[in-house]
Amino acid sequence: MGRRVVLVTGVSRDLGRKFARTIAADPSVDRVIGVDVVPPRGDIGDVSFIRADIRTPVIAKVLAKEDVDTVVHMSVIATPGSAGGRSTMKDLNVIGTMQLLAACQKAELVKHLVVKSTTTVYGASSRDPAMFTEEMGPKRQPRTGYAKDAAEVEGYVRGFARRRPDTRVVTLRCANVIGPDVQSPVASYFRMPVIPTALGFDPRLQFLHADDLLGALRHAVFTDAEGTFNIAGDGILMLSQALRRLGRPTVPMPSFAVSGFGSLIRQTRIADFSPEQLGFLTFGRGVDTTRMREEFGFQPQYTTDTAFTDFSSNMPAGTHLRAQAIERLERTLEGAGSQARRGQLSVVGETGRTR
Amino acid sequence: MNDAEIIPIGTRGRPGRGTGKGKPSNAARNLAGGARSAAKKAVEPKPPKQREPESMPEPETPDPVVPDEVAESPFGTSATSAKERHPLAGIPAGEWMTAFQQAAVETFGENWEPRLAQFLAFLRRRVTGDYTVDEYGFDAEVTERFFMAVLRPIANKWFRIEVRGTENVPETGGALVVSNHSGTIPVDGLMTMVTMHDRVGRPLRPLAADLVLRLPVVSSLARKGGATLACNEDAERMLRGGELVAVWPEGFKGIGKPFADRYKLQRFGRGGFVSAAIRTGVPIIPLSVVGAEEIYPLVGNIPALARLLGVPYIPITPFFPALGPLGLVPLPSKWILEFGEPIRTDELDEGAADDPMLVFNITDQVRESIQQSLYQLLMDRQGVFAR
Repeated sequence: MGRRVVLVTGVSRDLGRKFARTIAADPSVDRVIGVDVVPPRGDIGDVSFIRADIRTPVIAKVLAKEDVDTVVHMSVIATPGSAGGRSTMKDLNVIGTMQLLAACQKAELVKHLVVKSTTTVYGASSRDPAMFTEEMGPKRQPRTGYAKDAAEVEGYVRGFARRRPDTRVVTLRCANVIGPDVQSPVASYFRMPVIPTALGFDPRLQFLHADDLLGALRHAVFTDAEGTFNIAGDGILMLSQALRRLGRPTVPMPSFAVSGFGSLIRQTRIADFSPEQLGFLTFGRGVDTTRMREEFGFQPQYTTDTAFTDFSSNMPAGTHLRAQAIERLERTLEGAGSQARRGQLSVVGETGRTR
Repeated sequence: MNDAEIIPIGTRGRPGRGTGKGKPSNAARNLAGGARSAAKKAVEPKPPKQREPESMPEPETPDPVVPDEVAESPFGTSATSAKERHPLAGIPAGEWMTAFQQAAVETFGENWEPRLAQFLAFLRRRVTGDYTVDEYGFDAEVTERFFMAVLRPIANKWFRIEVRGTENVPETGGALVVSNHSGTIPVDGLMTMVTMHDRVGRPLRPLAADLVLRLPVVSSLARKGGATLACNEDAERMLRGGELVAVWPEGFKGIGKPFADRYKLQRFGRGGFVSAAIRTGVPIIPLSVVGAEEIYPLVGNIPALARLLGVPYIPITPFFPALGPLGLVPLPSKWILEFGEPIRTDELDEGAADDPMLVFNITDQVRESIQQSLYQLLMDRQGVFAR
């Protein structure tokens, strides 16, 4: 097989652009074509950008003309954000994927398809198993939003895999991505100056460092493995634990209030608060990564723990009010302890004198 | 406008004339031995009240002025010493120190200094989030240091738990403890956890109903304490991981049964726990708990309200809700926990878990063995509130 031609969708966003650049630097890759509706904001290096809307059949022409053999689909977006409204987001996610897959089906040369999906497809509820494996599904089918889009996208990808058995299809269900300069709903949640939490709930969180996301996608392009894989850092961090590490003040509020507060925050654009995220921040989610290690053959460099440390490293330091209180207590007790030792001697002296 | 001049009335408790000058008259000076130091003491700020010995030693340095008096007080030997007139003003520094030390010794034992330092380090770890939890959210540190410490006196002093057959619990490797369920509120689960921790030395990982994981506060405590959802995926995952898992297959049918049905085992679910044990090849250890039935005798239920709130039942006991929160205090019944002979599943074939007849048979076997030992334990017990 000759040198590869890789098409990457969603390069206007930071992670897509970074991935396109990384893959372009690989010697076994001949060309990388970045596709998006808006041009990327940063430097794209050797990547040739084609302004094309994947919701239109134009994408089929791009695939045919450029002799693409590998398609990396990472333009499924989590929040409407810059795209406009929810209907635009749904268009981009679902119709875009359908058009892209239709084009891939026609393009004989396409031999590899890598789709970046999300662990949001598992949902988040009180009836979830502790760790989701790839065979499991959500307890309740999502009816709206990103989770539904992602589930539909995965459905179309499975359909494509059935119709084109000669194509190697890899679906990566990535845990919440964080990193020092990542813009994602969960990252902006942790960047809020005062962090709202669901009162009485302490969800289990799992993170994937942005570097590991790029590593996993890269690995997916070059490996022989196919199928669906959970991609996440090792270990679990409780939300309370993460917030203690940040040292930011938190506002616990009853879960019914959180949803109203969430839409308020969404409207004021302080953070991208999505309904799926509310579930995630109430019940949490964990995914099993045995298959990622054994079948897919990928080992992330960051654990959930170190990924979060790296994420919080360039954030302004929190106030750590409670830690400071402990320190003060420690200092006073040290003083008291030494005084107590001296006091003991004087008590002995005193009793000696009176008797 | 100038402030009004304050003319003090009386001596404000000081010896001396009513001039407010604080200089006692000669007569008064003669009356009170060591009166000079007493006068000084009176203007000193009151030292804080002496604390209970059990309470956490707080940043409580003794008043720095007090040590001067330690030197003086032995010489104030008159019968009407200042000390007697102002009992709070003059607790000598030495006594403060001994009190502080006693409190520390009481809380942390003989070598309290390193242990106090350890405790502070623990606190610091907690508030900075510098600890790890396992994938189910089990926080071993806080469970051991806090939950167990709270539950232990209840188990030992209130319910006077007697444990039998701990040798039936394997020291290592996965095992599934199957127990009867009773008591309106799952106190028996908590008591089994603390018993297992203290007598066997292994953390018990309970499988909890989804109601437990849906409720605020309760859910986060349950996960921290080592519980996870009672579903096949989690049960098998934990057992494969070599954990000691506990399950109460009667569920709400068991804890919510009327007092008249006490010690009558309810249906054992669908036998999901048996297939989980067979798939992972771990032994099933039957556990019979006697005593939990009597803690909240359930005499009634409000089904309409229960449906409204989405809970399985609203309990009515002789004391709840009649006595309000006081009715929530469990009756101090005598408890006996007996671990029965393990039922091995590792010798069964590969497909045994998919053989419903076999699964039902094992389920019945476990159920029968628990029921039999319940009857035996009830005969052994001297009385409901025996010592």
